[in-house]
Amino acid sequence: MNITEKVKIIRESLEEDIKNVTSSKDCQELKVKYFGKKGLVTGLTSNMKELSIEEKKEVGRVSNEIKVEVTTKISELEEELKIKELNEKLESERIDLSLPSKKLKRGSRHPFQRIIEDVEDFFVSMGYDVVDGPELETDENCFQRLNVPLGHPARDAQDTFYIDPEYLLRTQTSSVQARTMQANKDKTAIRMICPGKVYRRDDDATHSHQFGQVEGLVVDKDVSLADLKGTLELFAKKMLGENTHVRFRPSFFPFTEPSVEVDVTCFKCGGKGCPLCKQTGWIELLGAGMVHPNVLEMGGYDPKVWTGFAFGTGLDRLAMFRYEIPDIRYLYTNDIRFLEQFDRKDEENEIK
Amino acid sequence: MKLSRKFVSDYVSIDVDTKTLADDMTNVGNEYDSCEKLIPTSKLIIGEVVECIDHPDSDHLHVCKVNIGSEVLQIVCGAPNVRTGIKVIVATDGTTLPGGVIKKGTIRGQESNGMLCAISELGLEHKFLTEKDINGIHELPSDAPVGEDAIQFMGLDDEVIDFELTSNRGDLLSILGMAYEIGAIYGKEVGDIDLSFKEEKESIDGKFILDIQTENCPLFLAKKVVDVTIKESPEFIKNRLMASGIRPINNVVDISNYVMLETGQPLHYYDADRLGDKLIVRMAKDDEKLTTLDSQERVLSSSDIVIATDKEAVGLAGVMGGLTTEIEEDTKNIIIESAIFHPTCIRKTSKKVLRSEASNRFEKGLDPKRTYMAMMRSCHLLEKYADAKIVSGMVEYKNMEIKEKEVVVSIDKINKVLGISITKEEILDILKRLQFEVVEKDSVLTITVPTRRTDISIPEDIIEEVGRIYGIDKIEGKAMMLPVMPGTVDRTKRYIRNKLADLGLNETLSYALTPESDGLKFTTVKDVEKVKVLDPMSEDRNTLRYSLIPSLLSVFKYNKARNYKDISIYEIGKGFYKKDGIYHEEERLAVLMTGIYNVGLHKEVVDFYVIKGILEEILESLGYQNRYSIVPTSEVDELHPGQSAKIILNNVEIGVIGKVHPSIIKDNIFVMEINLETLLSFRTKKMQYKEITKYPSVLKDVAFVVKKNITADEIRSVIKKAGGKLLTSTQVFDVYEGENVGNDEKSIAFSLTFQDPTRTLNDEEVMKIFNQIIESVENKLPAVVRDK
Repeated sequence: MNITEKVKIIRESLEEDIKNVTSSKDCQELKVKYFGKKGLVTGLTSNMKELSIEEKKEVGRVSNEIKVEVTTKISELEEELKIKELNEKLESERIDLSLPSKKLKRGSRHPFQRIIEDVEDFFVSMGYDVVDGPELETDENCFQRLNVPLGHPARDAQDTFYIDPEYLLRTQTSSVQARTMQANKDKTAIRMICPGKVYRRDDDATHSHQFGQVEGLVVDKDVSLADLKGTLELFAKKMLGENTHVRFRPSFFPFTEPSVEVDVTCFKCGGKGCPLCKQTGWIELLGAGMVHPNVLEMGGYDPKVWTGFAFGTGLDRLAMFRYEIPDIRYLYTNDIRFLEQFDRKDEENEIK
Repeated sequence: MKLSRKFVSDYVSIDVDTKTLADDMTNVGNEYDSCEKLIPTSKLIIGEVVECIDHPDSDHLHVCKVNIGSEVLQIVCGAPNVRTGIKVIVATDGTTLPGGVIKKGTIRGQESNGMLCAISELGLEHKFLTEKDINGIHELPSDAPVGEDAIQFMGLDDEVIDFELTSNRGDLLSILGMAYEIGAIYGKEVGDIDLSFKEEKESIDGKFILDIQTENCPLFLAKKVVDVTIKESPEFIKNRLMASGIRPINNVVDISNYVMLETGQPLHYYDADRLGDKLIVRMAKDDEKLTTLDSQERVLSSSDIVIATDKEAVGLAGVMGGLTTEIEEDTKNIIIESAIFHPTCIRKTSKKVLRSEASNRFEKGLDPKRTYMAMMRSCHLLEKYADAKIVSGMVEYKNMEIKEKEVVVSIDKINKVLGISITKEEILDILKRLQFEVVEKDSVLTITVPTRRTDISIPEDIIEEVGRIYGIDKIEGKAMMLPVMPGTVDRTKRYIRNKLADLGLNETLSYALTPESDGLKFTTVKDVEKVKVLDPMSEDRNTLRYSLIPSLLSVFKYNKARNYKDISIYEIGKGFYKKDGIYHEEERLAVLMTGIYNVGLHKEVVDFYVIKGILEEILESLGYQNRYSIVPTSEVDELHPGQSAKIILNNVEIGVIGKVHPSIIKDNIFVMEINLETLLSFRTKKMQYKEITKYPSVLKDVAFVVKKNITADEIRSVIKKAGGKLLTSTQVFDVYEGENVGNDEKSIAFSLTFQDPTRTLNDEEVMKIFNQIIESVENKLPAVVRDK
C-alpha cells in the first residue's frame, strides 16, 4: 500500500471514529489510537529506513500533513466536549439558593443600655467624665450631703428602701454628686455625668421600683442658669431631634437653688398637642438647677468662689420615647420577642 | 392643695379665667393636677313643682308639672319627696350631668322633658353627701327665684384648681399664701383678714394652766370661748370646705377647718368642760394608749408629742385629737389651741398614724405670726357664726423668736447666677410685688423676708424668687465657654456587651431585688451574708441578689412559658453581699444559654463547650490569652457536679461556669458568671506587632488511647513540657470512643505544630522531639499511642 492509500484509510477511519466520540475521555483514546506507539499516524513513518530519499521526502511531507490534520480535528473536538462537559458539571452543581444560611443568631442590645451609651457619648464629646457610683449607698451621700437632712419633707417624694438606718438603695444618682465633690481632693473644676440604676418603693405602669437615671454636675467659676439651659438645649436636640425646644419652669429640689423643671417640645406632635403630651405640647424631661451653696460647701467647695449646675433625667423615659415603648415594665420583662427587636444599629441622632 | 376660686377671691381680685390662673401659677413653679368646676354640669335651672300626680302605670313614679320660668315642663320623677309646691333643681333637655346628657323621652307612656336633680347627681365627691342628698331630690328654699341658675343660687358656682405643690412651699397651703402668690404674679394687693371680735369681762388669766414639758412645742396659745351654739354652718362655709376637699360637720368644727384653710395654721378645739383647766404638752410614754377622734386606740411611743391633762393624753399633737374632749352636739364652751410643733416629730407620728390636712401643714413648718392670726380669726368667726362669747385674755407659751429674716444680695450676683441682665428697677419691682421689704444701697439689696416665707433664707433663694417672677423661661440658653478637656468613659464593659451581642446573645435588664431564696446562689463563696431590705414591697423583692444567674433563669422560665426555648442571654449588673459587717457591691457579667444557638438547617445545640467558647471569646478578646484556666469543681450547689468549673485567672477565682443542676431546673441550661471588677483589675499586655517568620512550620498528628477520666488538658500539658520551645501549637482535633478502643477508654488526637522563627527545621530533629513527646506521654500517663 502506498502512502496515499494509507492516508486515505486513516482519513476514513478518523471520520468513523469521530462519529463515536462522546466525551473528552474518548478524545484521549483517539489520540492514543492515532499517535500512540502503535498508532496509525505513527505507523506511517515506521518503515522510513527502508525508503529512498525521494520516498522519504514524500512520506515525511504527507504524514506530516495528516498528523496536523488529525491533531487539529481531535483537539477541536476535545475542546468542544470539554466546554460541554464543564457546562454539564456546573449545571449539575446548581443549588437552591433560597435555603437558610448558616450563621449565629443575631444578638441584641437592650434599649436601656443603648440610651446610656448615647447619653455618655454626647457628654464625653463635651468634655464630661462618666463616673460610676454604688447603688447600695449611705443615707449621708443620698440625702444629707444633698441638703436633705433627716426628717426633711422632701424625702417623702422618694420612698426609700432602707437596708439599715445608715444604708439604703440610692433613690437618685445625685448621690454621685456628693461623692465626686468629696473625691476631688484638689477641688478643681468638675464636669461629670453618672448614669445608673436607682430604686424607689413604687410600682405601676409609669413607675418601676428599679429604674435608670443620669445625673450631670458642673462645678466651675461663674456658671449660670443660662449655661445650664444652653447645655440642656444641645442635649435635648441630640437625644430627641433637631427641632426640639426646651422650656424652664421654676421648681424645688433641696440640692439646687434656683431649681427648674425642664420640659421639651413633644417629639410626637412637634408641640401641637397630642395624647402623649396631654395636649400641652410639652413633655417633662429633666429636673435641674444651680447647685445649692450648702451642697457645694459640704463637698468642700467654697460657694463664694465656685458655682455649678446639676441636672437629672430618667433613662427609661428616654428609651421609651426613642423606641415608642408604651409601658416601662416592658423594659424589665425580658420577653425574647421584645429583646430581639433591638438587634441593629440605631439611626443617627433622632427619635422619629 | 385644692384652691377654691371663690375663697381666694376674698383676698385678691384678678380678672383672668381660672385655667389661665392655673397656667400662670405653673409658670412660677406651682404645678396643678386638675382645674375644674366644682359642679361639672351645664346650666341647671330653679323650678317649682306646680302639680304632682301619681304615674298611672307605676307604684313609685310621679308625673310633675314644673314651672321653670320660661315654660312649664312635664317631668316624670321617682323621688319619694317630690310634691307640689317645692322648689327644685331642673336639668332640661340637653343638660350635661356627670352621669350623661339628659334627653326628652317617654317613661312608661308619660312624656318627660327633663330631670329633677338630687345633690348626688351633680358630681360632688361622695364623702360630702348626706343620706338626704342621695335618697331624694334636693329641695331649694321657698325664696329661690324660679328660672334662675340653681348652682349659682346655691353658691356652688365655684372652680377648683388642685395644686401639686413642692415641699418647700408650706406657705401655699393657705388661702392667704395663695393670695400673696397670685398677687405677685399679677401685681395685685392682698386684702386684709377680719380679726375683730368683742371680749367679755371675764378673763382666762389665772384660770387655765399651760404646762409645756417638751422643746418640740415652741409656741402654744390657748383661748376660751363660751356659750357656743352648735348648728349647721352657713352655706358659704360649707361650700368652700367642700371645694377644698373637707367634709362639713357643724359650724364649730367647720370654722376650725375654715381658719386652717385661710391661714395655714391647724387648730384644735377642745370641749372646755370635758378638758378641765389644764393642758400639758409632753412626749408620750412608750406604749401609752390614746383613743383618737376616729375611735381607734393608738399605741404611742416616746417620739410622739401628746396633749394631755394630769390624768391622761387627750390628743396626738398636730395629727389628731382625742375622743374624750371632742366637740359634740351639746358642747357649750371651747378651749382653742393654736400652736407650733416640731415638723420632724409630726412627720414621724403622722407617717405612723395618719396623714391629715393638719399634719401636712405642721410638717412643712409654720409662720408663728399666723399662729396668732388664726386664734383671732377663730374668735371672729365663732362670734359671728356660733354665737360665741370670747373670754378675754390668752394663755401663751412662747419659746421662740419671731423675727423676719434679712437676706443681702447684690444686683450683680442675681444677674450672674441667672445668666441674664435685668435692671435694678425690674428687680425692685419684682420684690415689691412679692411684698418683700427692700433697702438698696450701691446695688446691694437688703431684703426683709416676711415670716410666712419659711423657705427663704439665703441669697440663692432670693435669686430664685426674682427668676421665677421675672419668668425663668425667658432666660436664653448660652453656649458654655469652658476650657477644652477630654471627657472620659470606660469602654471595656461596652466592648463586652457588644461582643456578646455579636456572638448572638440578647442583652437583658432585670431587677436587683429578688426573693430571699435567690439571694446567695451560683457561687463557691460561703462566708458571706445576704443583703435584705428593711421594708420590702413584697416577699418577692426583699433581698439584693448576689448572682445575676437566678434572674436570667427567671427570664428563661418566662419565655419558655411562651414557647420560646432557644434562649441565649446576658446581663451586666451589680451583685451584693455583706461580709464581716461591711456591704459589698460588685459588677458581674452573667450568661445563660440553652437550646439552639445558630441559624441554618444544621442545628447546633448549646452544650458546655458552646458556653465555654463564649467565655474564651470574652477573655481572649480582652487580652487574657493563656492566663486563665477552667478548673472542674463540684462546690457550686446549683451546678451539675460533673459539668461545672471555676474560672481562674492569674490564680484568682473570677467566676463559675457550668450546667444548671437538674434539681434546680430540668432543662439543659448552661450558665456562667464573671466578677468583672476582679477580672478588669488585671492589666493586659499592650497589643503589639510581632515579626512574622518566613520559615515553614512542620505539622505532626498523634493520637493517644487513655482511660476516660484522663482529661485532654492533662495530656496536653505533658506534650507541651516534652515539646519544648519548638512546639508552637497543640490542638485537639478529634476524640473517639467506641469499638476500636476499650470500654473505659477514649482516643484523643492532637495536631502538633513545630516551628523555629530563625530557620527551617529538618525532619530528623522534628522526629526526635516528636518521639520524645510520645515517650513522655506514654510514661507519665497511663496512655498508649494509637496507630503509630
